[in-house]
Amino acid sequence: MADTAISSAAILAALATARPASGYWRNVGKRLARDPVTIAVSLVLLGIIFIAVFAPLVSTGHPYDGSVLHRLAPIGAPGHWLGTDEGGRDLWTRLCYGGRLSLLAGIIPVSAALCVGGGLGLLAGYIGGAVNTVIMRVMDVFYAFPSVLLAIAICGVLGNGFGNAVLALSIVFVPPLTRITETVTAQTRRLDFVEAARASGSTAFQVMRHHVLANVLGPVLVYATSLISLSIILSAGLSFLGLGVTPPQPEWGVMLNALRSAIYVQPYVAALPGLMIFATSMCFNLMSDGLRSAMDVKLNA
Amino acid sequence: MISAPTAMLDPRDRGGPAQPLLTVEGLRKHFPVRGGFLNRRIGTVHAVDDVSFAVRKGETLGIVGESGCGKSTTARLLMRLIEPDAGEIIFDGDPLGVQSGISVNEMRRQMQLVFQDSYSSLNPRMTIAETIAYAPRIHGMKRPAAIERAEALLAQSGLDPARFARRYPHELSGGQRQRVNIARALALNPRLVILDEAVSALDKSIEAQMLNLLAEFQRHFSLTYIFISHDLNVVEYVSDRILVMYLGHVVETGPVAAIYETPRHPYTRALLASKPTLDPDRRTTEPPLVGDPPSPIDPPSGCRFRTRCAFAQAICAEMAPPLLTCDDPEHLVACHIPEAQAAVAAAHA
Repeated sequence: MADTAISSAAILAALATARPASGYWRNVGKRLARDPVTIAVSLVLLGIIFIAVFAPLVSTGHPYDGSVLHRLAPIGAPGHWLGTDEGGRDLWTRLCYGGRLSLLAGIIPVSAALCVGGGLGLLAGYIGGAVNTVIMRVMDVFYAFPSVLLAIAICGVLGNGFGNAVLALSIVFVPPLTRITETVTAQTRRLDFVEAARASGSTAFQVMRHHVLANVLGPVLVYATSLISLSIILSAGLSFLGLGVTPPQPEWGVMLNALRSAIYVQPYVAALPGLMIFATSMCFNLMSDGLRSAMDVKLNA
Repeated sequence: MISAPTAMLDPRDRGGPAQPLLTVEGLRKHFPVRGGFLNRRIGTVHAVDDVSFAVRKGETLGIVGESGCGKSTTARLLMRLIEPDAGEIIFDGDPLGVQSGISVNEMRRQMQLVFQDSYSSLNPRMTIAETIAYAPRIHGMKRPAAIERAEALLAQSGLDPARFARRYPHELSGGQRQRVNIARALALNPRLVILDEAVSALDKSIEAQMLNLLAEFQRHFSLTYIFISHDLNVVEYVSDRILVMYLGHVVETGPVAAIYETPRHPYTRALLASKPTLDPDRRTTEPPLVGDPPSPIDPPSGCRFRTRCAFAQAICAEMAPPLLTCDDPEHLVACHIPEAQAAVAAAHA
């Protein structure tokens, strides 16, 4: 454990130094490396990402191969150390492969929404006035619907499938990211150091790049990290309702739905996909907390 | 503050020592107040109204007045951080914003602003040295040269570059941060520095150190200062000339001795009477001014001080008094009532 902690600290330090000319990010990296909880959850997340990426190598079979004879085998059954599902497919294999879609369903919508919402929020917050009014009122329309309902509605219109679920979730996450970015940008823009930069002759673009962006990025990134877990849960929910990924494909939400009926027969096996969703989203949430305290210069003066 | 020998050796000097460094004519800024249905304009804040003054080379002009009288707005208008509605700014003979005149960018190079809030005026994501080096870098200086200049300025501001250059603003005390702000303002080698309540937030012992530092910089770099403050004792100590503002108007201006010893305007008198003193023989006996200043949203007609003035007459409501000289040609006062002026001067003497 000690040497893994040291190596992950080295990775974080390397990540931090990879960014040019910003001592701030190096300090954040240093603080993260000193935070045992963040180190631990990062390691767990790395492990989950590893088994998802290298699923063919770490799993014991093919995710679609099953035998009706071996349906709902318990944990520890010979040849299936995590048991089998209702189709007799190896659960460990399906959990590995399922991680691919579930993690992508967490990361892609948030990244897409970060680009769109972040951009819109920066524009709205920095320019203000009519631009702000138009962008923020349009976002308010989306806010009128609860996010789950909105995702279900969009998915229902677009039809099921993984791509549509990702698109629906991206649309759902644009308004909150726009609002957060707009608020932070507008706050930052009013601070005296932005005025001082203008007073020393910087163009609007230079002010944005050197003074606004650096101060907005931190809080927005922290918020976006916390959305990843929500996105995983929502996509699992969509799959559970039959709107996202379709059944033979392995995905944690679909698997949870399929194993629901087996809850009395094999409760531990049936709980495994849910456990993965819980563990992954928990890790992302804790990581976002760690990131927030590492980025808060005032906490660690 | 000791006046520096006027900037005669400065190659940027155009008009010679007799030409004012900055002349402001009829500066005006009204902010709309919006509200109600569809954000209609429901009022107008007369933040700065028809303000004219000149700043001479090498002097310190003190601007005093209550909160909300337009001191800070004036500073921001001069820097063009807000666009004025009307008015002319002439920098060393070069009018701003006309074809042959000085550009906003060039004027910002020669004129810098120091803010009151030392914390929010420093970017928390930049080290001290980066903050000071930022403006020279924007203007094309290479990074090593800019950092070197920043470190030299830090040393001159009394902060050891070896200890402070790589620190972040939150690691510094208020006084240290304000030193950094002053160093940042000087990084472009300006000729005029506007100090907007620059020492007001500091405690008294630090404030005295900062005033000494400012005096030293003024001598060393042949600077001209506009010193904005509500602290009358400090303004008296640092200024050569004083501008008294009330609700966006200039009510009186003149040399520091004339303003403090023979004030002419009833408002200046009231302001000076409110000045705290440590001398028990001169303790304040009368409540000088009653009530708050009227709202700058749709202010009183004519003379804006008339609602609080003991000498107000009918004419005061009809027209705004012009700023006219009294016996001393340097001393200008905006008051209709000569008896009031005389009474004020007599009472104060």
